[in-house]
Amino acid sequence: MSHAEETSGTRRDFLYYATAGAGVVATGAAVWPLVNQMNPSADVRALASIDVDISGVAEGTQLTVLWRGKPVFVRHRTADEIKAGEAVKMSDLVDTNAENDNLPPGSEATDANRALDKDGKWLVMMGVCTHLGCVPLGNGAGEFGGWFCPCHGSQYDTAGRIRKGPAPRNLQVPVAAFTNDTTIKLG
Amino acid sequence: MAGIPHDHYEPKPGFQTWLHSRLPIVSLVYDTLMLPTPKNLNWMWIWGIVLTFCLALQIVTGIVLAMHYTPNVDLAFGSVEHIMRDVNGGVMLRYLHANGASLFFFAVYCHIFRGLYYGSYKAPREVTWVIGMIIYFLMIATAFMGYVLPWGQMSFWGATVITGLFGAIPGVGVSLQEWLLGGFAVSNATLNRFFSLHYLLPFVIAALVAVHIWAFHTTGNNNPTGVEVRRGSKAEVEADTVPFWPYYVIKDLFALSVILMLFFAVVGFMPNYLGDPDNYIQANPLATPAHIVPEWYLLPFYAILRSFDNTVWAVQLVHFLTFGIVDSKLFGVLAMGGAILCMALAPWLDTSAVRSGRYRPMFKAWFAVLVIDFVVLMWCGSQVPSSFTGWVGLIAATYWFAYFLVILPLLGVLEKPLLPPASIEEDFKSHYASPAE
Repeated sequence: MSHAEETSGTRRDFLYYATAGAGVVATGAAVWPLVNQMNPSADVRALASIDVDISGVAEGTQLTVLWRGKPVFVRHRTADEIKAGEAVKMSDLVDTNAENDNLPPGSEATDANRALDKDGKWLVMMGVCTHLGCVPLGNGAGEFGGWFCPCHGSQYDTAGRIRKGPAPRNLQVPVAAFTNDTTIKLG
Repeated sequence: MAGIPHDHYEPKPGFQTWLHSRLPIVSLVYDTLMLPTPKNLNWMWIWGIVLTFCLALQIVTGIVLAMHYTPNVDLAFGSVEHIMRDVNGGVMLRYLHANGASLFFFAVYCHIFRGLYYGSYKAPREVTWVIGMIIYFLMIATAFMGYVLPWGQMSFWGATVITGLFGAIPGVGVSLQEWLLGGFAVSNATLNRFFSLHYLLPFVIAALVAVHIWAFHTTGNNNPTGVEVRRGSKAEVEADTVPFWPYYVIKDLFALSVILMLFFAVVGFMPNYLGDPDNYIQANPLATPAHIVPEWYLLPFYAILRSFDNTVWAVQLVHFLTFGIVDSKLFGVLAMGGAILCMALAPWLDTSAVRSGRYRPMFKAWFAVLVIDFVVLMWCGSQVPSSFTGWVGLIAATYWFAYFLVILPLLGVLEKPLLPPASIEEDFKSHYASPAE
């Protein structure tokens, strides 16, 4: 408030507002770097996307790589696994959403929508159980021939879809793409 | 200090007067120590001293541990083993610090439930209470970050689960989580900042403790009757109170020494009893421990977090009403925060005109259930989730909210309290008829 006798629109009022405004801007400008330094640093961001060489992954085996601090499963599926994945009806699924970051949200969790390539040979997904973040066991583990989480018994099928147990969602498919025949780019 | 009239410090001529006119520090200490304190305080009023001791213990042992600890994902686990095996007396320092956290929380729970029973939170002590709740919240944050530092399996996965909760916040959640972690998962950046903040927060707590003490020295202590000290004359004050020094200092130090005897028995003979053996395995982002549990003192709120899954109708209703923004995970996070917030709002939720639970027959029963409820929640939080613990946890979590949001407001209307004594002196005399000559 101004102590001047004219109570409206004095120069002093203007100076008060201008000073307060400048003070707020200066404080914000000083605080922002202190906040921003906590965001992921350049070296962490540089590894936000990585190339994975899959030339050595034989059919029926799985490669586990660490990406963004979390395990990613790269599974070279057999014809039987693909067939088993395609045979599953939508009505049998707990989560009918594809959970695939490469597709528009709300896509159906068909086997084709889960796999990375057209033939359905390559399945790339986060090795993080959607229940409490444990790492499921692979190589045909569990009742559905896919993955089994040792923590609370969640079972995933050959397309990494949740079938039984406490986990609410299918294993997440991250943003991934083939850059050539033997390289997958994550992120 | 404003409030209860009592004799103040009178500097003697000479150096005392010289100093007093420049810095009245002796006066501050004198008036703090000579505060008139209700003469009927029982053994539940000793926890303040225990808590002050715990804070000092944690800061002192923490500072020396930091001289040997290395906050780096490759070296942290090894440096803790180095403290345990090689540093002179390091094993004792670390066990004191780890078990000191348990004593700290045990004392704070006794202190909080004391306040809840005797109505210490009610006017005019609301500010003391709210500051206390902020201190408690900072204690949780400090303990959580400290637990990550040894970089064991439970450190890593506990941090993963708890920071994952921020990801549940709609819109900004994922960005906020990455900002907190300094990466996409718990990593070196996370460990380093947790070390920095774990070192900082105890000093913030120490400053708030000073404000907490300042606030209740202004209003005066509550006491088991909830009746205020009479302030009409110095004679009345002297009939109701004794000075804090030496009476309560000696009593509190006696209580502290008994508690420390038990504490050192735990530290000396069973230092790992309260810890989780999985934390002696180095953190591994590729393998999850079979069962992730927080330390015992965070279990009740962890149980509340887990209780609200998407089969609960209240969760489904909120999910529907918010157009799917609040899902079961976010609901759990809000419930956990809300459980502490409800407690902080107790001064405004309790409508009873009588302060102390001693004169509130119905309140006594509901309060007893609340104490049992707290223990039940603690048990639920420690269990592997099953449908049975899910139900028990849900009922217990519901009671926690019901106590603060329904029972406390209604009891003030429905209950007919007993008549509290007219003064602290009267209560004191009824217990100790005539002093032995």
